[in-house]
Amino acid sequence: MTETVPMVRAENVHKSYGHIEVLKGIDLEVSKGEVFCLIGPSGSGKSTFLRCINHLEKVNAGRLYVDGELVGYRQKGDKLYELKDSEVARQRRDIGMVFQRFNLFPHMTAAENVMEAPIQVKGVSKAAARERAHHLLERVGLGDKARNYPAQLSGGQQQRVAIARALAMDPKLMLFDEPTSALDPELVGDVLDVMRDLAESGMTMVVVTHEMGFAREVGDNLVFMDGGVVVESGDPREVLTNPRHERTQSFLSKVL
Amino acid sequence: MTDDIDKTAGPAPAPAAGPEAIRAIPVRHYGRYVSALVAIGLLGSIVWAFSQGRINWGAIPDYFFDDRVLEGVGKTLLLTVLSMLIGIVGGVLLAVMRLSKNPVTRAVSWFYIWFFRGTPVLVQLVVWFNLGLVFEYIVLGPLYKDEWSDFMTPLLTVLLGLGLNEAAYMAEICRAGLMSVDEGQTEAAHALGMSHSKTLRRIVIPQAMRVIVPPTGNEVINMLKTTSLVSVVQYAELWRITQDIGQVSGAPVEMYFLAAAWYLVMTSILSVGQYYIERHYAQGSSRQLPPTPWQSFRSTVLSVSSRKGAQA
Repeated sequence: MTETVPMVRAENVHKSYGHIEVLKGIDLEVSKGEVFCLIGPSGSGKSTFLRCINHLEKVNAGRLYVDGELVGYRQKGDKLYELKDSEVARQRRDIGMVFQRFNLFPHMTAAENVMEAPIQVKGVSKAAARERAHHLLERVGLGDKARNYPAQLSGGQQQRVAIARALAMDPKLMLFDEPTSALDPELVGDVLDVMRDLAESGMTMVVVTHEMGFAREVGDNLVFMDGGVVVESGDPREVLTNPRHERTQSFLSKVL
Repeated sequence: MTDDIDKTAGPAPAPAAGPEAIRAIPVRHYGRYVSALVAIGLLGSIVWAFSQGRINWGAIPDYFFDDRVLEGVGKTLLLTVLSMLIGIVGGVLLAVMRLSKNPVTRAVSWFYIWFFRGTPVLVQLVVWFNLGLVFEYIVLGPLYKDEWSDFMTPLLTVLLGLGLNEAAYMAEICRAGLMSVDEGQTEAAHALGMSHSKTLRRIVIPQAMRVIVPPTGNEVINMLKTTSLVSVVQYAELWRITQDIGQVSGAPVEMYFLAAAWYLVMTSILSVGQYYIERHYAQGSSRQLPPTPWQSFRSTVLSVSSRKGAQA
């Protein structure tokens, strides 16, 4: 394991919007096959960091690598070249993302949502994409909802379709941006079950979450962020039960 | 994962032995009867006044299906369709240019809209018509060379005048539509590795259509009426032809009424078309679309006939 390239490597990542610095130098590593949880108060920069990983946000300083490849730029000598849109798109193909607000395509059925990217991006045939979509919807427990439009599904069902949609591109890395924060409490469990199955299948996952139970149970590594820096990191069970840092303690005392 | 909340199933069946349904006497709306009488009275007196005027109403049915009038109707429809096509294609292009990251296309689009929306379409038509003063010849390399006045037929003048003006308006409508689509949709498509153009074509534009179609229907109806302006550049469409017939037949005012009736017929048909196009793009937006007039008519007839069948 020590020889392999980490799936995600962040070196001194900075990000600011105008004068407001959201990320103030993030260093971390996510190994292949691990479930990496990011927790912290809102505004701590954890979602922003997640969005930097697939270049939805541009990093201002530092380097970010996914599977050994620099995200969004090409380095030649000591010069950095911005990647063309098509090259950025190619990098994103291998990174699945699940959003807090699902962002399903409302004018397409559940199956069409899942089929869209494989057909449009990978050039998969419609029949093959359809078969795969039904298989994936089956896997997230929605085999009977293939023909439903997103508006006809509950939040939990929509989020599971969104997970199936991301999986359809066979990503090597999955990013989850507070996947259960917009859900009714009783629907959270279904989504977490799907994520747990995914973790067991060996998928590398970076999860921004407020579900401490999930982090403790499924997470291999946990990072607590606050004010744009990593405050504390380590084994989730260790950090959540015996936080060393004062800010981690006060945060956890409020959410647990 | 078994206890899904299923919103697709209908409401639970009502309990069999519920409380007795309320039978109450509805509130009487006397104001409605009074206002209906007033409205009918006013309308009746207006119709009466017109029927007493010195207008030869009999001339209208005589000319309503006259070959020249029908040709004018056809020309008006042709102009409407072609200039709207130019307008819609141009409008989408301008809107995409306006929202692009490229500062040059943004500026070009801004300038185009500023110019064509800022000058009256009647003025633009006349300018197009007289552009031969500026360009004597039209030369497309070795392929084509002609005198401007031969190249610029009345039809082309009119199409350019109406279409390019319309593009400026359609650009603003399309821009509003594109901006109405949630940014999360673009992000989701980009995160899946879709390119800008695919995202626009497959994800953003289909959703923007819901916002774009209603005002576009409005524009089509507007365009149909605006075509009457082209009579100033000697193009024979409905308005021009009815005027000509009026001059010759000695019933000019009657012909105005005839033209108005034809415009009303055409705009009414367009409104029906718009209704069905809007329904098409509403796909997935609401849980159940309301029935079309035809569907509700059919279900009413069917339920009445089945009730009759049950009684028999």
